Amino acid sequence: MKLESKIPEGAIGDKWTKHKFNVKLVNPANKRKYDVIVVGTGLAGASAAASLGELGYNVKAFCFQDSPRRAHSIAAQGGINAAKNYQNDGDSVFRLFYDTVKGGDYRAREANVHRLAEVSVNIIDQCVAQGVPFAREYGGLLANRSFGGAQVSRTFYAKGQTGQQLLLGAYSALSRQIKNGKVEMHNRTEMLDLVMVDGKARGIITRDLITGKIERHSAHAVVLATGGYGNVFFLSTNAMGSNATAAWRAHKKGALMANPCYTQIHPTCIPVSGDHQSKLTLMSESLRNDGRVWVPKDAAKAKGLSAKDAANIPDSERDYYLERRYPAFGNLVPRDVASRNAKMVCDEGRGVGTTGLAVFLDFSDAIKRDGKKVVEAKYGNLFDMYKQITGDNPYEMPMMIYPAVHYTMGGLWVDYNLMTNVDGCYAIGEANFSDHGANRLGASALMQGLADGYFVLPYTIGDYLAKMPYERVSTDHAAFEEAEKAVKDKINTLLNIKGSQTVDDFHKKLGKIMWEYCGMARNEAGLKKAKGMIRELREEFWEDVNVLGSNEELNMSLEKANRVADFLELGELMVDDALNRDESCGGHFREEHQTEEGEAKRNDEKFAYVGAWEFQGVEKDEVLHKEELVFENVKLTQRSYK
Amino acid sequence: MSDELFFQFIAKKLITIKKMNLTLKVWRQKNVNDKGGFQTYQVSDISEDMSFLEMFDVLNEDLARKGEDPIHFDHDCREGICGMCSMYINGRPHGPKQKITTCQLHMRSFKDGDTITVEPWRAGAFPVIKDLVVDRSAFDRIIQAGGYVNVNTGGTPDANEIPIPKTVADEAMDAATCIGCGACVAACKNASAMLFVAAKVSQLALLPQGQVERKTRAENMVAQMDAEGFGACTNTGACSAECPKGISLTTIARLNREYFSAKASSENV
Ligand SMILES: Cc1cc2nc3c(=O)[nH]c(=O)nc-3n(C[C@H](O)[C@H](O)[C@H](O)COP(=O)(O)OP(=O)(O)OC[C@H]3O[C@@H](n4cnc5c(N)ncnc54)[C@H](O)[C@@H]3O)c2cc1C
Ligand code: SF4
Ligand code: FES
Repeated sequence: MKLESKIPEGAIGDKWTKHKFNVKLVNPANKRKYDVIVVGTGLAGASAAASLGELGYNVKAFCFQDSPRRAHSIAAQGGINAAKNYQNDGDSVFRLFYDTVKGGDYRAREANVHRLAEVSVNIIDQCVAQGVPFAREYGGLLANRSFGGAQVSRTFYAKGQTGQQLLLGAYSALSRQIKNGKVEMHNRTEMLDLVMVDGKARGIITRDLITGKIERHSAHAVVLATGGYGNVFFLSTNAMGSNATAAWRAHKKGALMANPCYTQIHPTCIPVSGDHQSKLTLMSESLRNDGRVWVPKDAAKAKGLSAKDAANIPDSERDYYLERRYPAFGNLVPRDVASRNAKMVCDEGRGVGTTGLAVFLDFSDAIKRDGKKVVEAKYGNLFDMYKQITGDNPYEMPMMIYPAVHYTMGGLWVDYNLMTNVDGCYAIGEANFSDHGANRLGASALMQGLADGYFVLPYTIGDYLAKMPYERVSTDHAAFEEAEKAVKDKINTLLNIKGSQTVDDFHKKLGKIMWEYCGMARNEAGLKKAKGMIRELREEFWEDVNVLGSNEELNMSLEKANRVADFLELGELMVDDALNRDESCGGHFREEHQTEEGEAKRNDEKFAYVGAWEFQGVEKDEVLHKEELVFENVKLTQRSYK
Repeated sequence: MSDELFFQFIAKKLITIKKMNLTLKVWRQKNVNDKGGFQTYQVSDISEDMSFLEMFDVLNEDLARKGEDPIHFDHDCREGICGMCSMYINGRPHGPKQKITTCQLHMRSFKDGDTITVEPWRAGAFPVIKDLVVDRSAFDRIIQAGGYVNVNTGGTPDANEIPIPKTVADEAMDAATCIGCGACVAACKNASAMLFVAAKVSQLALLPQGQVERKTRAENMVAQMDAEGFGACTNTGACSAECPKGISLTTIARLNREYFSAKASSENV
């Protein structure tokens, strides 16, 4: 199989403009002859479904929550990047492009990233027109802040609830199309398989989560906007329901999975407090703009140190280790660097709190400098959230933070048009692998989700549909029959195992394996061990899981079982990918490959490629396909934030 | 510390932290047609660091091990922002503390030996689907009736073309923080959805982008609210008091002004 990225010819700044001109258009009167399925209504899916509906396509949209407004995107706090240069601080499309490629440790596709930077400016215009109440300055113009890894202020925000406001904007556009009859919305409905007819994606099989009814949906194209798979680690900052099932089932139908091992571990999360923990809460990294990260210099003083007693450590005995090691970026180094450093100081025994797995994030200097009011205006809701969870008041004492799984850069492989290698199957938002390379910069996921949904897919999908016959495939087609049967069989198998362990038992075990061996630091021996352990665990799952109830009802145990079954397969592929990538880059840190100072050391000669995996059958190793990355506009250098 | 050590450590720590034993009276209802009723459960060894939903996770794992159907409840983000969680705890939506959602409630708000009663949202417009899960799709239909600006993707003016005073933007933002949870309806003796509707109408009425359709929006959304069977507003203020996002009663005053001035010069012809 040859991977065709379909990157247009020409200079980097002209590619997208030319491509838009070159793609085939569907005549406005003919758009209503095409049906498009959009799975997922987060930023990517809601914006895509709304925009496709506006254009005149018949859209069917799906989400597993009770309303499209509740997709995981709602939880994003910090902000969204755009190269508006409103602050006149030297930002530009090229700089955003450059920062994103560099931030991704040179493992992203240049052409996609440049397009992302180009359309970023339109996103802000669009959202403001919808009534998204971004933060403003006293003069009435939009406010910006700088965000992890950027030296310009290009991040737009709405208090600490940017994702919520952007999603509600997209949801309102979607609601308008539902009202207009152009989008048929299916809430509480989960996609369980992709249906292929004559080598093309022509529909999906879903389960109605309330009645259990298995249904068939046919269309001319299928768009997967189903988010990331961070929950393979059990504990992550993702919403509880976030899962890999839609993407994974498409993978099993032939769509390649790219760079699955690229996982982002976010440096500023509330540390684990006990075995009951169900998820980890992110404290937006915007906090690093004003908060200073430190641990005591002396391990003996760090031991068991509580936030209440932090003030007893004089400045001279504190190690502001990010400021010390990275004078240029200080507390604003990219996430992977900040996370690894937190792990390092904790490994040295200098972690604080009862577990020793935490560092301080201290606002006392900011409060002294700007006053409590200013700090409250910026971070009030985040401080409240922290206090609610931990019982500590961050206005009076430092926060305690520790890294947690946050985002998955890997995902379904897509070409420049955002189509997977399966004809007619598209992947947008966090579900694809496209723009962030081996590490995503803060405030860039919201940008990518909305770029894909509002401004890229609506053009590129037309190019495909224009070549498609109008005829619909009947849901009586044998391919639907077969896919439905497979879904039903799988559900029946799960219900009939009647073993002795709960689904969560397995999910937690898998999470521990992944975090221990395929988390912040990885090595060959650990990864090999993990592969064996995951295989065993998967076997055990299919023999001993206990899924209660029946299919014909709201059944959370069954929903979870379906998802965890897929995580148990995906986990192994992540490990394979991490083993294969015998270099360190971005969030993928192989202990064997580091500089003397402990920074990630890439091997561009051997690994400047996208690793895209082809499914061969559950117990078989997948086959690797490589898309070589060509850098013509950004020079590959060792990333340095010193 | 390796993770292995860490988990052992945590296990030890948990033994030293004081644990609570609680009695839960939980509404169980098989489906929309079932009559439903309360069931009593005992939970033990609950740590105060747990969230309320994590306490339910513990109970559900116990039930599952005994082969009993776990208690179904809605939840997703567990951070107080998706609006999915919705438990009526000891007679109050989202429990005893103000300005938080069920998922943000922690067990340190309870004491050893407490009996806690947990019910679903009760409102005619929110039928119970199962146990503590209700159908809130009426809210979606209210938004579909007009909770948006009629603008297509693309061709919008530059974002800085229309300056908006910071105070106005901030007020719009305060209204926009509604998470659509429905606690306002559950708190109201009339099961009115006024606060939810008022929040969206206010956000858009405050911003320049919302001006053009200001009148039709208020009218259409209120009409849909009525059609869904939500009750009338008698200004008890219970909604705002229980709203996890602190949506202010002034939004209701604004909605009333918007609605009556719209009615007076209706563009819905
Ligand atoms: C706590 C937190 C804070 C963040 N903060 C920021 C930030 O400040 N800035 C930033 O840029 N990024 C941030 N991110 C990342 C960003 O929020 C996500 O990457 C992004 O929102 C993903 O959007 P999406 O549309 O791709 O997917 P999601 O929002 O995850 O939506 C997935 C959709 O797919 C549906 N779905 C999934 N599977 C199925 C299925 N099988 N069948 C049917 N439907 C399905 C779901 O119902 C949902 O509607 C943050 C992430 C987290 C966790
Ligand atoms: S107004 Fe408050 S209580 Fe009502 S739905 Fe919105 S957030 Fe929930
Ligand atoms: S689970 Fe999202 S608000 Fe409670």
